[in-house]
Amino acid sequence: MKNICVLLSLLLLSSGAAFAQKKPAAKAPAKKPTAGVSPALLASGKAIYAQNCLSCHQADGGGVDGMNPPLTKTDYVLGDKPRLIGVLLNGLKGVEINGEEYRSVMPAQTHLTEQQMADVLTYVRNSFGNKASAVTVGEVKAARAAKK
Amino acid sequence: MKINPTRPLLLAAALASSFGLYSLTSRPSAVTADPNNAGLKLPAGFGALVVAETGARARHIAVTPQGTIYVKLNRAKDGKGILELKHTAGGKATVTGGFGSYGGTGIYAKGNYLYASSDEDVYRYKLDAKGEVTNPAQPEKIVSGLLNRGEHESKSIVLDNAGNLYVNVGAYSNSCQEKDREKGSMGRPGCPILDSAGGIWQFRADKVGQTYGTGTRFATGLRNVVGLDWNAQSNQLFVMQHGRDQLHDIFPALYDTKQSAELPAECLYALTKGANAGWPYLYYDPVKKQKILAPEYGGDGKKLADAKYLDPAAAYPAHTAPDGLLFYTGTMFPAKYRNGAFIAFHGSWNRAPEPQKGYYVVFQPFQNGKPSGPWEVFADNFAGSAEKVASGRADHKPCGLAQGPDGSLYVSDDKAGTIYRIVYNQK
Repeated sequence: MKNICVLLSLLLLSSGAAFAQKKPAAKAPAKKPTAGVSPALLASGKAIYAQNCLSCHQADGGGVDGMNPPLTKTDYVLGDKPRLIGVLLNGLKGVEINGEEYRSVMPAQTHLTEQQMADVLTYVRNSFGNKASAVTVGEVKAARAAKK
Repeated sequence: MKINPTRPLLLAAALASSFGLYSLTSRPSAVTADPNNAGLKLPAGFGALVVAETGARARHIAVTPQGTIYVKLNRAKDGKGILELKHTAGGKATVTGGFGSYGGTGIYAKGNYLYASSDEDVYRYKLDAKGEVTNPAQPEKIVSGLLNRGEHESKSIVLDNAGNLYVNVGAYSNSCQEKDREKGSMGRPGCPILDSAGGIWQFRADKVGQTYGTGTRFATGLRNVVGLDWNAQSNQLFVMQHGRDQLHDIFPALYDTKQSAELPAECLYALTKGANAGWPYLYYDPVKKQKILAPEYGGDGKKLADAKYLDPAAAYPAHTAPDGLLFYTGTMFPAKYRNGAFIAFHGSWNRAPEPQKGYYVVFQPFQNGKPSGPWEVFADNFAGSAEKVASGRADHKPCGLAQGPDGSLYVSDDKAGTIYRIVYNQK
């Protein structure tokens, strides 16, 4: 049932987007996010992304060949949430993603608050063509506790 | 105006004779530029062709005096880390073989040998009288065990005229922070990375089994060099350093995103033995034209660095990633290019959110072995469009440079694997 709801909202969203394309002046639909993620939360995530992530992962989330991994079409972003939260908590280096090697070091982002981590991960999971459930502060707290 | 009836006849005769001359001078093997110059924008009189599409990450490239092309691949393709290409009609070439199971960047032909590097080792292969490798499966391993910690891992190579081999060992760090690239993390005192990386090492080109212990740290304080070449006029090694990244990300209170996009310059250095270019303690500000103390070591964007460090010989736009350097010694191109430097700029990523830049080959004029006058973009539009430059989503990224026996300039591309050849066709 939940899946059906998500599908339905996706359909609504995509038709909304199409509508918005025809009439750019139209209000609400263009910004309406998926899976119950509020526009305010996404805006917050976007600002955190611009400040902390964009210079490596780029404005389109596509990363940099051989250096900085893309945030699109990857299980790292769309899959297991504790693992994804762990990337912010611990940093990441030398992973192979979809058969491609990425060499740059990603530093831990522990200067971010738990709320900021949740917001930016939710933004990433719902941007650049990604559609996945939000990351909550509770999940960040749990991942951090598990790490300790 | 009265038309002279003999005129068309004269014109026809002139045309016929020029065609005759053309057919006499152009042999079937003559190099013909592609109608669209391979998509490149070039100065008047130059043309370009796609020599071959390798479909692999073509890093550096070497052309033997007989014209055989060797391309080093970043990752082995079908088990081959080096491709051999031979010329066909019109100046194009086709892949005729491959060998060396290792990925890497460096490849250089000199005398009777072809040298190539993995990210840890340097090998050499024997070339025969036809300029072809005779022992593809049994190269000599002349250097081994160079540091590869995944960051700035490529080992570019070049030889001088005295039997020495120069190898770049890049620093496995952006700016020698306690925690690499972490916001606010300060520099490690007396940066220990410099002991085994962040410089150019010198080895003998003809000696098997060398390591750090038998090599010499020729120059230090160089973050990462990918493009390097020997200048025969000044008898000196020149290198292009990739400048540090992320001034804004790491020190947002000191640098805004615009400053971070324009700082620091990518620098050309003229090296002598013992030279120290000052990484990680400084960066070069191309606007102030000064060496600035790095924020990791107490800098604030204004404080000057210790003057003892080497000044760059020339400076180029920040983050544009110079991956290939070649001193042009051919005679095909007009006189102004002779002994000057071509530099392949792979293109930036660290200018975001500002538009990206690069993806071109630059010409830097030289006189008496020193940079002389402003550089200019020589070959542009590897990216495919201005939008693709700005977004960094380039179709092609120029990486390696080589000079063909006729004076053609070869350019390799490690994005799509295209091998370009630039020729001068105006006499």
